[in-house]
Amino acid sequence: MIEFRAVTKRFEDGTIAVDELDLVVEAGTITVFVGPSGCGKTTSLRMVNRMIDSTSGTILVDGKDVMSVDPPTLRLGIGYVIQQAGLFPHRTVLDNVATVPLLSGWDRKRARTRAAELLETVGLDSGFAKRYPAQLSGGQQQRVGVARALAADPPVLLMDEPFSAVDPIVREGLQDELLRLQGELGKTIVFVTHDIDEALKLGDRVAVFREGGHLAQYAKPAELLSAPANDFVASFAGRDRGYRTLTFLRADVPVREVTTATLGSTVTSNGWVLAVDENRRPVGWLSPVDGATEVTADKLISGGSLYDGSSLRAALDAALSSPSALGVTVDPDGAVVGVVQADDVLKALATARAAGEVPS
Amino acid sequence: MGWLFDAENWSGATGIPVRLLEHLAYTWLTLLIAAVIAVPLGAYVGHTGRGGFLIVGLTNGLRALPTMAVLILVVLWAGIGDLPVYTALVLLAIPPIMAGTYAGIRAVEPATVDAARGVGMRERAVLLQVELPNSLPLVFGGFRSAALQVVATATIAAYVGAGGLGRYVFDGLAFQEYDQMLGGAVLVAVLAVLVDLVFVGLQRLTVSPGLRPVGTGGKS
Repeated sequence: MIEFRAVTKRFEDGTIAVDELDLVVEAGTITVFVGPSGCGKTTSLRMVNRMIDSTSGTILVDGKDVMSVDPPTLRLGIGYVIQQAGLFPHRTVLDNVATVPLLSGWDRKRARTRAAELLETVGLDSGFAKRYPAQLSGGQQQRVGVARALAADPPVLLMDEPFSAVDPIVREGLQDELLRLQGELGKTIVFVTHDIDEALKLGDRVAVFREGGHLAQYAKPAELLSAPANDFVASFAGRDRGYRTLTFLRADVPVREVTTATLGSTVTSNGWVLAVDENRRPVGWLSPVDGATEVTADKLISGGSLYDGSSLRAALDAALSSPSALGVTVDPDGAVVGVVQADDVLKALATARAAGEVPS
Repeated sequence: MGWLFDAENWSGATGIPVRLLEHLAYTWLTLLIAAVIAVPLGAYVGHTGRGGFLIVGLTNGLRALPTMAVLILVVLWAGIGDLPVYTALVLLAIPPIMAGTYAGIRAVEPATVDAARGVGMRERAVLLQVELPNSLPLVFGGFRSAALQVVATATIAAYVGAGGLGRYVFDGLAFQEYDQMLGGAVLVAVLAVLVDLVFVGLQRLTVSPGLRPVGTGGKS
């Protein structure tokens, strides 16, 4: 657990970066600090491992005042991941990851074994161990950065805009990977970002900061969207927040039947037909025609996003993005189970509202 | 060029091998002393970021000193011998080594240094394990330029009666034996190239493959 008690940081030129911050980061959860530049989110993070010292107030990590520990010792017990990874260019990937165990006094062999394990944990095969950071892509470097932070198995992890320098698709992969890892490891993570979508996706709780180092709201993601504390949070959370709120709603949407046909077969139907492969995975739509038609790849219209039963947002998006207006619903193996319709999603939302699940 | 290939000049106490070794000895010891002074200074200032003006002022000041004048001044003060030679040469070698070390450390990516501290390195470890290894290419640059200057300038040792390849140059001049003078000059040039090659080799051995430009090295 990390506790901020009336923490203030005033720089020498008089600017107040963080103003009387009170906040508790629960053990085993991800807390995201989000806000525009100059809002004090990074400063708040860096005060935890004393890369910056607070002007007044107290920061406790697992009950211990950080000011009572000398900085290098404190930092050995706190994982630290920064933007663009900050890997040591002169060291191999394996030695980068082994850095903290070695500093903590492990022998070389044990440190390297541990490092090799961790590379696997973050999804890099052993072929990467002997490479140098310059030979890696941005996403791979960031994975190494995470592995390095985890190497000595610290209970607390500080991540300072770790994914902001990689492209959106890679970033999404890294976010999913982080959530998967967190599911296994259960660390206490403070994650700084300026991207509200990233904050809502990763955070168990999200702290929204505003200029001058004020904490505007500290809440669960769904609450932040449905009940913003003030106009600043409402505007920062963005124009689509009504739609985004659906991300956090799981409700039963009726799944309807759909006509499917495997590639190469002949089908007779006057409605949309969903083409599937031999494993019943969707491959595309066949628009309505009269009479019997052979299902061939060149006639297919590519489909929209798939609904895996996760949230109302996924269901609605599947329906809206599908050329047939039917959102393809799949099981965990990716096989088609049926379709959902947009008006059914809206009805489910209305039912949830009536039951008091969503503030209207 | 006949002088250079005359077997008689390659033997005896004043032969080319002896002069070459003397010349090399001046060079190595000069670089060693200069390194002991310049590397810690450059590294300290580069690491702390304090006193950068000192480095610039000191290197410029030293570079402006005429080596010949220093040599003669020290001879007047301490008499003929090795001391004036080393004083003059060390003062010559310090600026490039110090500037190279300083620039090398300053050039290390700030994010890398931030990460080094962030993972729990003490200042000493930040300097020795991260900043210095990453600054080696520029440090070597400083050493190579110092070595070239020292090899070339060590000829003036002969001017105050000491040995080295400069003997041929000054004796050749005195006796109007220009082939000897030219031979000495050629030997100095060849030696400079060889010394530089030694540094290139050292650089290959000590600089991490991770620091070579992408695509030119580092086995994958």
